[in-house]
Amino acid sequence: MSDQGIGQRVKRREDVRFITGKGRYTDDINLPGQAYAVFVRSPHPRARIKTIDASAARKAPGVVGVFTGKDLAADGIGALPCGWLVKSKDGSDMKVPPRPPLAIETVNFVGEPYAVVIAETLGQARAAAALVETDFEELEPVVSLAEATAGPQIHEGIEANRCYDWELGDQAAVDAAFAKAAHVTKLEFANNRLIPNAIEPRAAVATYSAPTEEFTLYTTSQNPHLERLILAAFVNLAPEHKLRVISPDVGGGFGSKIFVYPEETAAAWAARRTNRPVKWTADRSEAFLSDAHGRDHLTTAELALDAAGTFLAMRVRTRANLGAYLSTFASSVPTYLYGTLLAGQYRTPAIHVEVEAVFTNTAPVDAYRGAGRPEATYVVERLVETAARETGVDPAELRRRNFIQPDQFPYETPVALVYDTGDYQASLEKALKQIDYAGFPARRKVSEAAGKRRGLGFSCYIEACGLAPSQLAIQLGAGVGLYESGEVRVNPTGSVTVFTGSHSHGQGHETTFAQIVSDKLGVPFESVEVVHGDTGRLEFGLGTYGSRSVAVGGSALIKASDKIIAKGKRIAAHMLESAPDDVDFDEGVFAVRKTNKSLTFGEVAFAAYVPANFPEDLEPGLSEKSFYDPKNFTFPAGCHIAEVEVDPETGVVVLVRFVAVDDFGEVINPMIVEGQVHGGIAQGVGQALLEHGIYDESGQLVTGSFMDYCMPRADDLPSFEVDTTVTPCTHNPLGVKGCGEAGAIGAPAAVMNAVTDALRVKDLAMPASPERVWRALQAA
Amino acid sequence: MEQSGEYRIESPAEAVWAALNDPDVLARCIAGCQSMEKVSQSEFRAKVKAKVGPVSASFDAELTLSDVDPPHAYTVSGRVKGGPAGFGRGSARVELAPDAGGTILRYHVQGSVGGKLAQIGSRLVDGSARKLAEDFFAAFAEIAVEPQPR
Repeated sequence: MSDQGIGQRVKRREDVRFITGKGRYTDDINLPGQAYAVFVRSPHPRARIKTIDASAARKAPGVVGVFTGKDLAADGIGALPCGWLVKSKDGSDMKVPPRPPLAIETVNFVGEPYAVVIAETLGQARAAAALVETDFEELEPVVSLAEATAGPQIHEGIEANRCYDWELGDQAAVDAAFAKAAHVTKLEFANNRLIPNAIEPRAAVATYSAPTEEFTLYTTSQNPHLERLILAAFVNLAPEHKLRVISPDVGGGFGSKIFVYPEETAAAWAARRTNRPVKWTADRSEAFLSDAHGRDHLTTAELALDAAGTFLAMRVRTRANLGAYLSTFASSVPTYLYGTLLAGQYRTPAIHVEVEAVFTNTAPVDAYRGAGRPEATYVVERLVETAARETGVDPAELRRRNFIQPDQFPYETPVALVYDTGDYQASLEKALKQIDYAGFPARRKVSEAAGKRRGLGFSCYIEACGLAPSQLAIQLGAGVGLYESGEVRVNPTGSVTVFTGSHSHGQGHETTFAQIVSDKLGVPFESVEVVHGDTGRLEFGLGTYGSRSVAVGGSALIKASDKIIAKGKRIAAHMLESAPDDVDFDEGVFAVRKTNKSLTFGEVAFAAYVPANFPEDLEPGLSEKSFYDPKNFTFPAGCHIAEVEVDPETGVVVLVRFVAVDDFGEVINPMIVEGQVHGGIAQGVGQALLEHGIYDESGQLVTGSFMDYCMPRADDLPSFEVDTTVTPCTHNPLGVKGCGEAGAIGAPAAVMNAVTDALRVKDLAMPASPERVWRALQAA
Repeated sequence: MEQSGEYRIESPAEAVWAALNDPDVLARCIAGCQSMEKVSQSEFRAKVKAKVGPVSASFDAELTLSDVDPPHAYTVSGRVKGGPAGFGRGSARVELAPDAGGTILRYHVQGSVGGKLAQIGSRLVDGSARKLAEDFFAAFAEIAVEPQPR
């Protein structure tokens, strides 16, 4: 096996440019004659726009133009769509409020853009934006999620601010099971609103060529083809073939860069309108206000158990905050990415979940690392841990009693998924050993002797990744298929250019995908180049989210490579005067079986482009494409254990240890996987202990900077102890499941189970800030 | 945001009352005040350059007097607009009580902010507002004892 093939800890080749400041991000791109966009944003959570007076702004130095929502509408620019149709219990479609890129009649959250100023310099654009005089008629906002359905109606025709009222599962079976339960555990909690905070804020540089009517949009998108598709098909910016979207290096996304946003759309339109390249880069304040936020649920959850501690049924009612408008995939997050995951790793035979999704006068809420699955894991794992405490059963033992067993796969859950494979007890036992579970009581005594409280908490999470089988996704309301494309182009000298529709914004695809193709074709790692993020160079793509890249995009490359090998065999057979069926391919060599005749991959590649005497049915060239559509989701799962120490004097929680044993199936690059897990855990710990996006009663975002929104830092975290178990995915050629979100999915429940264990309280709201912890201790 | 305070001014209540209604006096008491005009018997308009935490901007204020009880008390309420810096709104009840040749001035302010002021300044608004009020009344306590030009 090559030392840079599948399974090897190959250092990330892209890091050389990232850590030496040579990355090429959207804001690094400057085009001749470029002007700058600055957006004018609503200071009010809800108001009618009476008049916008831009006359002073238009006369300001350097101003190229000032445009409002009416200008875009007059030019035929349509509303931003939501790509996933969810139906209510009664069969009716979800309610979709129009979302023009720039607000026209009303503004519905603080920070919503309603005008854009284009000027020669950024400073001039900022100064002119300050001169736009807007007369608002302030309206009473809907801020509280709990009271959202009783508040004033935000959007015309959307009663009670309800987008949909969705359910999944067998309610009658659940009610019957609860009626005969020996014990019922009930929790009511919030899943706190998070603000994504990628290092690189969103940005766009757009240019329009009037002679050819072609746009080029450089932007911070996780899925440039989807951005192009939406801008062409729904927003009506330009025909798809006249629009090129390039996502160069992108500094983190975490879901927040999946979506098609107002600012990028308006900047692109303004490039045509002003006939100038237009650049917009969000500042951090704009990112806080206008990036799609994550989570924000209110949930009541109940678990019914029999006397032996067997789970009988689960009942979950959730109200999900969508914010002021439906962002691109917002509707799918609290439904198909949440309700379907509520079986967790357990055999719970009956589950019923109801989700009421509502609008409020806050920033739109959409997918953020984990997207629905962290919320589901939090429900399941907080319930299970609490049930264990209430019934006096060891929490590890209660889980063992209820795990789906290895011989039960494929396992159909009562919430519409079919798990292909897993071994949940294996990861639990490995994690217990790593944390030295037996030694915990002694460690707790040591802490208590020092006046501290110590707690330990589990989270045995599951996720559905590798989005997604197109047929199933489309059945469930998705507006797009969720396959991925890949192209393997062998150059005449034998080097390989790989094109993937996945997008890397920190995940390390340039390394991982090169390992896959290098391993498969037996060519040196250095000879494989990975190209992504450019609709002008790639066939098609659906981008990166939901831990799908290797499972779906990597599988497409395997399929394309298989076609390369098949074609190579035909070429080799021709050259070696043999039959293709008699040619074997192994480690970069084509050899005729039972002979000493062979050709290297490089010789075959060269021959493909210098085709001597090829027969009529053998085309020159060696380049193949594939669209891979997964047969099922993948189901990464694992066991996370957090151990915390709490200072009762100050309420400060110290995360002392964090063990994660994950089953991601086969692993291409263990070092990259560990990095993904580390980052995910940090974000999950951030949700549990530090982060909270808060709007005050009047609808103002009061956590709008890093002064008030607390991101995790290195000194908040221990050195993580991560390990893996492996049950290969049964339905993709690499046996992989995906690792990008696991940390963020598993960690919050593990940490909060540990904190509530330390405090000996039933529940505590996230984030477990020192003030909350201290108050809980005073109340106990 | 809510706060109260009390000052003793070495001047009779009538004189303090006159000063409280004099745009020139008010302008001199507000640090960064660029203009202050009395639009009507009960309305003032002002332009003030101010800094709240990292947010500094020129604010346009429109103030209205109500519940006027000369020379004992009034309520001043208003809106302050700072363009991209956001806005504020609130009211202050000011009461005067004679006290051995001088006057005790008591005030109670309540208000809220929006836009950038709330987004990045919310934690700093209380402190900044307290300082603005303290500076204002400290200056006012001095200026109000000066003989006012008639």
